[in-house]
Amino acid sequence: MGDRLLVTPPPHVKSAKTVQGIMLDVVIALCPAAIAGIVLFGFRAALIILASVVSAVASEAIYQRAVKKQVTINDFSAVITGLLLALTLPPNVPVWIPVIGAAFAIVVVKQLFGGLGNNFLNPALAARAFLLAAWPLHMTQDWVNPMSYDAATSATPLAGFNATGQTALTFKEMLLGQRLGSIGETCILALLLGGIYLLARDVIDYRTPLGYLGTLAVGTWIFGKPGELFQGNPLSAIFLGGAFIGAFFMATDYVTSPVTPRGRLYMGIGCGLITLVIRLWGGYPEGVTYAILFMNLVTPLIDKYVVPRYYGSGHDKMARKGGGR
Amino acid sequence: MNEKRASLGYDFIKGFIKENPTFALAVGMCPTLAVTTSLVNGFWMGIAVIFVLTFSNVFVSLLRKVIPDEIRVPIFIILIATPVVIVELVMKAYMPAMYNILGIFVPLIVVNCIILHRAESFAHKNPILNSVMDALGSGMAFTLNLMVIGAIREFLGTGQLAIGSLVFPKAPLFEPAVVMLTPPGGFITLGVLMALLNIVVARAGKRKQTESPRG
Repeated sequence: MGDRLLVTPPPHVKSAKTVQGIMLDVVIALCPAAIAGIVLFGFRAALIILASVVSAVASEAIYQRAVKKQVTINDFSAVITGLLLALTLPPNVPVWIPVIGAAFAIVVVKQLFGGLGNNFLNPALAARAFLLAAWPLHMTQDWVNPMSYDAATSATPLAGFNATGQTALTFKEMLLGQRLGSIGETCILALLLGGIYLLARDVIDYRTPLGYLGTLAVGTWIFGKPGELFQGNPLSAIFLGGAFIGAFFMATDYVTSPVTPRGRLYMGIGCGLITLVIRLWGGYPEGVTYAILFMNLVTPLIDKYVVPRYYGSGHDKMARKGGGR
Repeated sequence: MNEKRASLGYDFIKGFIKENPTFALAVGMCPTLAVTTSLVNGFWMGIAVIFVLTFSNVFVSLLRKVIPDEIRVPIFIILIATPVVIVELVMKAYMPAMYNILGIFVPLIVVNCIILHRAESFAHKNPILNSVMDALGSGMAFTLNLMVIGAIREFLGTGQLAIGSLVFPKAPLFEPAVVMLTPPGGFITLGVLMALLNIVVARAGKRKQTESPRG
């Protein structure tokens, strides 16, 4: 039998990367942001994160057991969904909000469409959009003042920034996250740390966050100041709101973003453009959630039209242009 | 004509599970999603559809031998539009508040798929009595569907259920999820109910299959 020709279907090249390994990397990369959120917003933030993660993992286990599928909570994907959802929530929401949100993310958005790899929307963001539509007051007013831990119901600094094109916050405050905002979105330094870790471990493609933040920065620079062109503040635009966490951790989700390098760049640029439009001319102060969800929907289209040229193809085109080299 | 007609009882009952307009055939989606923000809205929409459906099925069935095949759809539409105008005027006169809530969806019953579907696939080929039972079955199933969807959305979206002046419970039981009163809430409710009905039907079918070889 040893001299038989063995014919197997592709793929023939195997990678050492596993789903579990990649997911664990993302969890590690999210840890700085989670810790920063707990330091900034206190015990409540820890409670929200815990409730969200426990609910996500429990929902996955219960659903998979109920429909007699293999229980896959060991692959950390439910942990990531719970963690990401918690990081996008205001710190002072009631504890049942992350519990319901995480269950919605896992059961409705992920499992009902076939589980990991088959969901067409980012589960955490879809759940956030659901919560925003279901309990809008909690989702837009339950803020906490950083470091002093008392509740605040005023608008986040992004709303003022969108209206006037400037903010009273200093660069250092924005970098450390000392402002009103969702648990994990404010501390840019922690997010940057996690993002660089993911880039270094080759988990995410630099094109998506670069395209996203670049488009948003340039767009804000051009249109950010009302009545004047090229006077906006690009740095504040990417440091305020959820653009940073979205660009590094959500727009890069494997399942719901394009697979080709060029497609990933388009994904980033599209997210940046939609965020910009919603922020400057839309009805909501922040557009990251809807921008990424919208681009999730467009992803199959990008994958269909952005196909890399493989070696030996495209000969006719070159001939028409004048015979290649 | 073929004399091996199914029984009147079957023509009535099939509208509830096997040919359930909303969950099995997925027809009449427009009012199903648009007006089911409360139980009462769903009920009156359903009543209007039952009346129109019975009326149109009776006349389509009566005239089935004289309607030329080539132009049957325009004729169906005329037969459907007549009762719709009656319903619209009666509602406007006697329950203007409900007419304002249901709004454009009352005149739109003319182009409701359920009614044209029952006319084309059933009343056009069957005697009057069967057509009446079919209309009542489909119409009542549709009403029931709208009421169930309406009740779920109203309860989750406002925290309570209101039937006329009867409100249960007095204060909302929990913090209402506004999303359930918006179109996404309608789609989510519809999808979940459709899935549940499919599970029940599939389970019942499987049981029948495993039992039949023995019996």
